[in-house]
Amino acid sequence: MKLIEIKGCSKVYKNGVTGLANLDLEIDKGEFVFVIGQTASGKSTLIKLLYREERPTSGSVVVGGIDVAKLRNSKIYKLRRKLGVVFQDFKLLPKLTVYENVAFGLETLGLKNDDIRPKVNKALERVGLKDRARSFPNQLSGGEQQRVCIARAIVNDPKLLICDEPTGNLDPETSKEIMDVISSINKELGTTVVMATHDKDIVNRMKKRVVVIENGVKVGDKMKGSYKVHESN
Amino acid sequence: MKAIRILIRSIRDAFKSVFRNFSLSIASITCIAITLILVSISLIMSSNVNHFTQAMENELTIVTYLKSDVDETKKNEIEDKIRSMSSFESLEFKSKDTWKEEIKNSLGELDSIIENMDENPLYDSILVKVKNVSDLKATTNAINEIDGVESATYGKDSVDQMIGIFKIIEQASIVIVVALILVTAFLISNTIRLTIYSRRNEIEIMRLVGTSNTAIKLPFEFEGLFLGVLGSIIPILITIYAYIIAYDYFDGYIFSHMIQLVSPGALLLNISLILVIIGGLVGMLGSWHAVRKYLKI
Repeated sequence: MKLIEIKGCSKVYKNGVTGLANLDLEIDKGEFVFVIGQTASGKSTLIKLLYREERPTSGSVVVGGIDVAKLRNSKIYKLRRKLGVVFQDFKLLPKLTVYENVAFGLETLGLKNDDIRPKVNKALERVGLKDRARSFPNQLSGGEQQRVCIARAIVNDPKLLICDEPTGNLDPETSKEIMDVISSINKELGTTVVMATHDKDIVNRMKKRVVVIENGVKVGDKMKGSYKVHESN
Repeated sequence: MKAIRILIRSIRDAFKSVFRNFSLSIASITCIAITLILVSISLIMSSNVNHFTQAMENELTIVTYLKSDVDETKKNEIEDKIRSMSSFESLEFKSKDTWKEEIKNSLGELDSIIENMDENPLYDSILVKVKNVSDLKATTNAINEIDGVESATYGKDSVDQMIGIFKIIEQASIVIVVALILVTAFLISNTIRLTIYSRRNEIEIMRLVGTSNTAIKLPFEFEGLFLGVLGSIIPILITIYAYIIAYDYFDGYIFSHMIQLVSPGALLLNISLILVIIGGLVGMLGSWHAVRKYLKI
């Protein structure tokens, strides 16, 4: 069963820069996929298309049965409820506690407090931050902040977890911890994970499917791929 | 239930925001208050003008002077003719002696002159009231046609002039108020824009987790509404106190008994409601504009 189907997708930005050129990509439910490539290769464009931050210029992008290309601005929320996004820069609200940061989204969806509490606690437990629930983001280390971000992304049980350079700001040891958390979410919850990264160590160690993007074109797509192989190509 | 929780959340956030950006909120509220005070003044003025215009128009009578050779039977004939007119409402006969008495009373000094006249120089008259003020002219003309009538007139000119002046004042105040409302809406729009700016991270995350656009917009629209309603409180209080004091001071009349003020009760209630509604609408208008322009959703 395909969760993501991208066909003949191109993206040309208004300033004339080509983000993606005629890209085809299919991702099954439950897969763990790395999207690698150099800066400005188009991997960020691909990631942004998945959660409809950008719109394809041509071609189709279907995520979880929703045609992203045709999705109107006012209906984006329907797509976003089905997925979670983790960023390099965390995007946590500094004035809210860890618990409140994770609960924030659910509150704006109009959920009952009684329904929010178990969801938030479960998510915090999964990322190992249950005892930090009352801390504020600036009292946490980078790795912990990223874990809060992951908890926020998975709190509503999404089918798809999109990670845009989640370890970009973290040291190797912390990166490994974060990858363990994301990996366990993929294994234990069956959440599909699409991760853009240029962290060679992680890609090589995880032995997962690797999609390589260069100049907006897919130049490699291997199961149990590694960074080195593609680099030498 | 979900919708209600979103609604409650929006209202709570809007309240928080009003106090978080307190100085800006105060500026908006003050601007609304000034606008609404002017709205209130023009409302009070126009409702009083309407009131006394109506009262005056109701008082308008056609004064029909009878020729001096008209006797009792002829007089009754004329009265019957007037009564048969479609717009006729009531009539009252006023003999020349009654006129003489009235003039004597009001013109003290001329008293002796009139007293010394051998014969009463005045005419007998019939005061006619019509059902509808718009029939006044036609009816006057018709009465003039009746045999035995010296002349029939109504004193509309002076009243018309006065009403004309008030109408001009009223229209000018409407123009000023509309301009002020636009300025106020713009100011509120700016306030909301700053709120949006200060909460852009929250908005980004809301959009990311799939909060619907309505739920994102609602707090800002409520904030505009609150600013508008808060801004109407002071003008309402001022209106109520000032009008009641003025009404008591003038004893319900201005200049003479001709211009009667509208009694405060229902008028003040209506104006208060209008002020709250205008305040709220202007606030919503401003925030709607800001949300549309700066929220980019």
